Amino acid sequence: MSEEKKHPLKKVIIVVAKGAIEDVYAGLVMANGAVMEGIETKLFFTFFGLDAITKKKMNHLHTSTVGNPAMTMPGGIPFPTWLGGIPGIEAAVSSMMRKQMEDLDIPPVDEFIEMIVAGGGELYACKLAVDMFKLKKEDLHDDVIDIITVGDFYEMSDGQQTQIIFT
Amino acid sequence: MAEKTYAGVTVNMDDEGYMTDASQWTKEVAAEIAKEDGLDLTDKHFDVLEFIREKVSSGATLTIRAIGKSGHTDIKGFYKLFPGAPLKKATKFAGVPKPSSCV
Repeated sequence: MSEEKKHPLKKVIIVVAKGAIEDVYAGLVMANGAVMEGIETKLFFTFFGLDAITKKKMNHLHTSTVGNPAMTMPGGIPFPTWLGGIPGIEAAVSSMMRKQMEDLDIPPVDEFIEMIVAGGGELYACKLAVDMFKLKKEDLHDDVIDIITVGDFYEMSDGQQTQIIFT
Repeated sequence: MAEKTYAGVTVNMDDEGYMTDASQWTKEVAAEIAKEDGLDLTDKHFDVLEFIREKVSSGATLTIRAIGKSGHTDIKGFYKLFPGAPLKKATKFAGVPKPSSCV
């Protein structure tokens, strides 16, 4: 039997398209992990994922307490959807989630992005979504390299051993 | 598990090349392991390695964020010191187990 040659990942493009805490962190953890492995890493933010690089919003992300069947209360009791609709509950759950992540030494979004950029990761925003939300370059994190089209996005995804990950 | 000799010291290592007995570590051992990886260690490197050894022996989880806040280097500097995969390399040279954290 011939020995199989390994082809380690050389480049990852991670698309963050949703703006809930867990969606954004999923993308950031994967991006930071890739940078730490020495993999060329690019993050592409689109639609509500843009919140993660919008200066005013990035550190105030929320999670959804309604329509989330996986949500439980402390102790593992199911979290009823009607409870999630009561004013203040969603904010409390979101801030609890941020605190739990802080306890695991997972930084706030702005600091996390700085860590990724410090390791050589690159940030891009989607032109279509930026136009739709009527955002400008100056509304976005200073480390965002450019606002690009989907064509540019595929162009930068070239090369062997490149993967595109959509979170 | 393998035994290798660095700088005249017999060192126990796991399959991935991480030392399994931190007490076998010396600066000379670290320098030779790093040389195998094509890196010459300077005082600045050792400064960071000592911090990692202290942090790990205290039982704390080692993250790249903690290193960036250690005062020994910032994250950008850490990537420069140990190019490629900084946390993996630095823990290997520091004689501590492979990091178990995702950040």
